[in-house]
Amino acid sequence: MSFRLYNYVLSGNCYKVRLFASLLGVSYESIAVDFHPGQEHKGEKLLQISPAETLPIMLADDMVLTETSAMLGWMASKFDAGKNWWPVNEPTKITLIIQWLGFASDLTLTIGEARLHSMLNRDVDVDRALAGGKRALRLLEARLTEQSLRGSQWLVGENPTIADIACFPYAALAPDAGLEHDDYPVIRNWLYAIRSLDGFVTMPGIHEVHKLRDTENTL
Amino acid sequence: MLGLERAKDDWYPVAIAGSMGECESHTTRLLGFEITLHGGKNGAISVNFGETDLAVQVKFDHVWTTFCDNPRPLFDIPEGDEPGRVRVPCGVVRVKCSPLRAVENFLDIAHFPFVHTDILGAEPHTEVAPYDVKIDESKNEVIATKVKFFQPQAAKSAGDGIVTDYVYRVAAPMVSILYKTCPPKPEAQDVITLFVQPLDEETCDVWPWMALYDYENSMADMISFQQMIFVQDRSILENQIPRKLPLDPRMEIPTRADMTSIAYRRWLKRSGALYGALTEAV
Repeated sequence: MSFRLYNYVLSGNCYKVRLFASLLGVSYESIAVDFHPGQEHKGEKLLQISPAETLPIMLADDMVLTETSAMLGWMASKFDAGKNWWPVNEPTKITLIIQWLGFASDLTLTIGEARLHSMLNRDVDVDRALAGGKRALRLLEARLTEQSLRGSQWLVGENPTIADIACFPYAALAPDAGLEHDDYPVIRNWLYAIRSLDGFVTMPGIHEVHKLRDTENTL
Repeated sequence: MLGLERAKDDWYPVAIAGSMGECESHTTRLLGFEITLHGGKNGAISVNFGETDLAVQVKFDHVWTTFCDNPRPLFDIPEGDEPGRVRVPCGVVRVKCSPLRAVENFLDIAHFPFVHTDILGAEPHTEVAPYDVKIDESKNEVIATKVKFFQPQAAKSAGDGIVTDYVYRVAAPMVSILYKTCPPKPEAQDVITLFVQPLDEETCDVWPWMALYDYENSMADMISFQQMIFVQDRSILENQIPRKLPLDPRMEIPTRADMTSIAYRRWLKRSGALYGALTEAV
């Protein structure tokens, strides 16, 4: 087994790891954590593994990782021989990717928080979270528009990178928090492009691209 | 408001039993009114509406309350008390839709292959075979029986795909109970319910609860499975327009697969359970 993931099915951050593992074709051990309603991530058992009180937690190569950027970076370094997802030999790209990994945390702190409120009734400053979420979606829309003028549908360079994976879940889950995608046509195209990647997996709230199936043999 | 007075006569779930610490309090809404929950000694929870203490009872691992001094009795689920079952309160999920739409969606099987793809259904197995629906007059409940559907992963405890048998029961306007094939114990049926707390006519808190025979999976696994299924429905429910459930058959045209839904809507109409419903075509 390549790594172990302490996982919560409704978490966009846990989904980053599940999605990237599936895109890379990597299998792993998943341990379900009762984040809601059980708050198991704050329980003794998990605090012994990581005191951060956050999910996901990844155990990989004797490391205990709690930051999804580090997890995505580790997975790309380890399992992507072509170095497409994390192009370490290209200084400009790698720098921009780090920039967008930071931006992904803003999405978690805004849209992610607003979603916890609207879906699981968590006590958060929802007006601040929604205003921040809107600002973040506008920035993302602007970046993707710039990129599309250069002929690319991805955040950095001409291929999908871990920056796209990091920003995807909470951008895609914005409607869960009441922020619809209608005002962001370029984000919508980008979401569609990610959902169309080979090996894509869904999570609740993010649906698969419906394929017209060959029904000739089954009718 | 149509149906509000009738709706006030029912019991509604507002918390998981024992989930609040002593002196903890928390405000929520019920039928458009603000109510406050207080944690007491030994995990007890009391509920206030303004200066009034509301009646409270604990059943199915949840705290239920009502605005009525003489409410309709809370239904029973005798199977839920059978020894050996694991009882799983799954937490609350808020949905911006009529409480009635949340119940109706739970009664529908035709959406399984498209919304719960490769779990509760899969193409090309999309056909809903004929089944029986009736209103049980003695209990005043809607009952659908002989429902069968092919499911790739019917429960956390199911390995390969199986044809699952279902019985659906609507025991109150905002309560839906289903009994389905229990993969590890074929002679019994798993019980899965949706208890819905109507915050107002267009918003609800949904409290799924299960009583299963499953000795292999952890509690976290079972809760995750149910939350995954329910939150797959959530984004669909929030996109249903209008938000209230239309009872006029001209507004949303049913098909043969929707017999349970047709019976549910008729039953709501004739019971006057109109809170969260649209009674005329718009």
